[in-house]
Amino acid sequence: MLPVKQRMRDGVTRRDGAGEGVRLVGIAKSFGATRVLAGLDLVVREGEFLTLLGPSGCGKSTLLRIIAGLEQPDRGSVSIAGRSVDHLPPAERDVAMVFQSYALYPHMTVAGNLATPLEMRRLTLLERLPVIRHLSPRRRRVMRGIMAEVRAVAEALRIEALLDRKPAQLSGGQRQRVALGRAMVRHPAVFLMDEPLSNLDAALRIEVRHELSDLHARLGTTFIYVTHDQVEAMTMSSRIALMDQGRILQLGTPDELYDRPASLAVARFIGSPSLTVLETVADGGGGIRLGALRLPFGHRFAAGTRLTLGIRPEAFALPLGPEADGPAFSARLVRAENLGAEWHLHVRLNLPGEPSAIVRLTAAEHEAARACGLMEDPLTLVLRARGVHLFGPDGSRAEPDRARTVMME
Amino acid sequence: MAVAAASVPRAARRAAPDRRLALAGAAFAAPAALLLLTILLAPLVVLVLLSLTDYRLGAVAVRWVGLANYAEMFTDPVFRRAIRNTFLYVAFVLPAGVFGALAVAALVQARTRTRSFYEVIYFLPVTSTLVAMATVWQFLLHPTLGPVTPLIAGLGFGRLDLLNDPDLALATLAVIGLWQMLGFNMVLFLAGLSAIPRELYEAAALDGAAGAIDRFLRVTWPMLSPTTMFVTITTTISAFKVFDTVVVLTRGGPLGATDTLLYVLYLEGFHYFRTGYAAAMTVIVLVFLCALSLLQARLIERRVHYA
Amino acid sequence: MRWRACLASALSHVMLATGAVLMLAPFVWMLLTSIRPAEEVFGAVFNPIPSRFAGGENYAQALFASNVPRAMVNGAMVCLGILAVQLATALPAAYALARLRFPGRGILFGLVLFGLTIPIQVPALPLYLALAKTGLLDTFFALMFPFFLTVFGLFLFRQFFRTYPEEILQAARLDGMGEFEIVWRLAVPAALPAIGAFSIFSVVAHWNDLYWPLIVVTSTDRATPPLGILAFRDAETGGNYGALMAGATLITAPLVVAFLVARRAFVRGLTMTALK
Ligand SMILES: Nc1ncnc2c1ncn2[C@@H]1O[C@H](COP(=O)(O)OP(=O)(O)OP(=O)(O)O)[C@@H](O)[C@H]1O
Ligand SMILES: [Mg+2]
Repeated sequence: MLPVKQRMRDGVTRRDGAGEGVRLVGIAKSFGATRVLAGLDLVVREGEFLTLLGPSGCGKSTLLRIIAGLEQPDRGSVSIAGRSVDHLPPAERDVAMVFQSYALYPHMTVAGNLATPLEMRRLTLLERLPVIRHLSPRRRRVMRGIMAEVRAVAEALRIEALLDRKPAQLSGGQRQRVALGRAMVRHPAVFLMDEPLSNLDAALRIEVRHELSDLHARLGTTFIYVTHDQVEAMTMSSRIALMDQGRILQLGTPDELYDRPASLAVARFIGSPSLTVLETVADGGGGIRLGALRLPFGHRFAAGTRLTLGIRPEAFALPLGPEADGPAFSARLVRAENLGAEWHLHVRLNLPGEPSAIVRLTAAEHEAARACGLMEDPLTLVLRARGVHLFGPDGSRAEPDRARTVMME
Repeated sequence: MAVAAASVPRAARRAAPDRRLALAGAAFAAPAALLLLTILLAPLVVLVLLSLTDYRLGAVAVRWVGLANYAEMFTDPVFRRAIRNTFLYVAFVLPAGVFGALAVAALVQARTRTRSFYEVIYFLPVTSTLVAMATVWQFLLHPTLGPVTPLIAGLGFGRLDLLNDPDLALATLAVIGLWQMLGFNMVLFLAGLSAIPRELYEAAALDGAAGAIDRFLRVTWPMLSPTTMFVTITTTISAFKVFDTVVVLTRGGPLGATDTLLYVLYLEGFHYFRTGYAAAMTVIVLVFLCALSLLQARLIERRVHYA
Repeated sequence: MRWRACLASALSHVMLATGAVLMLAPFVWMLLTSIRPAEEVFGAVFNPIPSRFAGGENYAQALFASNVPRAMVNGAMVCLGILAVQLATALPAAYALARLRFPGRGILFGLVLFGLTIPIQVPALPLYLALAKTGLLDTFFALMFPFFLTVFGLFLFRQFFRTYPEEILQAARLDGMGEFEIVWRLAVPAALPAIGAFSIFSVVAHWNDLYWPLIVVTSTDRATPPLGILAFRDAETGGNYGALMAGATLITAPLVVAFLVARRAFVRGLTMTALK
């Protein structure tokens, strides 16, 4: 006879909610007068790596804690694997969480930290009490099983040598691994991670990023990952939910978010350096005017409507080879930054108001342009089709979908 | 299937997680809250009510007397003497207790190797049982058997019986009180002193404050002022509550020269059993203490700002 | 310049040493007298060092012919009883005050702050009446009961628990710990230094307390250390000061020795009341 909690957990994980990992419906939450989440809906597919990305204070952690049951939403409901968990306490939701500060139990050894979630599930309260627990013959047996699992997880994370240490005696990366291990031993239906890499140094962050991706591939469990670092989001995620001010601006794969941002806010948030934003006006024929240029987009705005054009830094090119006959601007070079593999040119476009823009060139392009004398002021910049986005007066995407392959006149 | 069926009502029966935390909180707080009620709140209410009656322990009849007890207090020579003596005692102990401790702390702070040695010695009376040490003091001050009387006589003051001289008894108690508390205040000052950043002294030295007195007046004293205020209040409160030495050494004598508030209160309430009257006295004591503590709380808040 | 520094240092040593002698004098006198023969205590000649060691008889009298040992055992029992109940009630309540939302939390904490200003002398009278009415005067329960509540402990532990990282508590809830388990598996181990300091404070306070035992205890069987030494003194009117000093030494010794052994912890525990 298995303990009740374990039976329940098994019941939860095995019962598939038709490929559904986590479903959030109308989640709203305010702290006093501050509205943190504003009726948010989200379906996380089973087994996917979903990233909640957004600026600081947008409610990512709050949302994660609501999924875990550590926080109660004012409205809305959470289901995990097709089953409502609104009335379940955190421990019975079958989720595990890796905290930003790792939240290891400071007075327990690594082994103790890893064993705790299992002890809580497999031992009765009496078997966990000091002194009295030694009276239970069953406890010895259960603990042996637990320790075997703890060692297996520790081996998988390569921390088996650290099992007898206390958290204070570990490096940041080792602590991070222990926190991960404490989540893994439970084999939860969903992993929740709140900026688990933010306390690591840059090199370690990249290493652990790869390990997390591998781990996800190996376990095939649903991951919900919170970060405000877009590189982490772009490199690890199956899908990204971009959040701002308590709502989801766009949900999609990293490619979708980058190549077809649903709004100006999304386009601005994703991509570094940030895209160049130009104010323009609709010309009535589905195109826009930009100085002397006319760009066709196939939009439906009336002539004179104020629109916004977003241009990714790599959508600018120098008139080299095949790019030479695209729509061209002239621009004044303000500053050129050498990043090794690429160059960033800070320029001012020769348009009314001299708007500033950033141009990204590969080192090879920069080399070729210099050889051809194209780096002399004033520069001539050509616009590529890919990476140019048009947004309506409300900031939402203005082009019809097929316009991704817009052709220049 | 049985699993799913079993788990659904289980979930439904359970209160929402927030409720569970609230329940746990209430359950954890309940014993302490109950104690608070029975040991603090209920007695306070009873105390105030008692102070309006002429109740005596064991009496059959009780009458409401309104504020008569309070009125009596202010014409009662014993109570008035007790107030006077208590304030005199505070006035003796306070300056010496604060400035003496500050001086000792400053000297001890400057010592490097012997610092902890002096700390231990000065703190020793704080840990020792005052009643036991008071019996030692009694013996020390004994006019024929103790060493203090001949010592003082040797200094040319004549043979004094310090505890039985109405002019000197209270001051003698104050000296003993000072002996007991000096180390405590010293430790507070030491904490305050070590919290003053070294750079301040260095900056002051660059600004031309070179001598020890300059340094003390420009840096130490102003930086220490929160600690000083604080020590002043705690010393006042503890001096205000002088009791043990009175019981052991003088029992209010000679001729009432050492009748202090708590001692008189103790006699009225638990010797003469004039409960109503003692209750009124307690209320007055409480008012004094609350006023001092409020002052102290205000200072703690200020301290947080300084720190 | 150099000799001035030397002079200042010498001066400060002289002042500190003089003060130290005055601080120590009662202890030295107590110890010396406790080994002094009776005839010398009353002798006309004043002789600081005892002419012969009479500690044996003095301490024997304090140990076997007085109430002092009994009072010390009582003192230990009372102190431990009080401390046990204080910790058992204050720790969970402080955790709740610091970390859980429940109805009445604000009021309770307000009362705790208010209680910090109220010494035992204030509720003493009504408590005495209640104990008299229930026939509980002169019992160990009466000695301990008013101190079961420790607003200071509540306040101190609450402050401590407020600094405990919230994320660890959340991790524990996710791991399946109930709040009760969080208290004794996480909060209490983390609070051990504070618990130690508080315990020292509590034991010192109640070992030395005179006011309340003087009120509720009449029989020698229930005497606490201060009452024990008082009774010994009064019984020995004009009697043997050597034995009395031996008794005083015995009663002072446990705390003083503990202080010398755990100096830092004692200073921390005793000044904590003031520093909060
Ligand atoms: N317990 C709380 N009480 C009051 N306000 C809160 C509480 N927790 C969060 N908030 C507020 O809710 C908002 C969202 O907080 P949240 O922690 O979810 O942000 P976040 O997106 O995780 O930010 P970050 O990237 O900085 O961690 C913030 O404005 C924060 O101040
Ligand atoms: Mg966050």
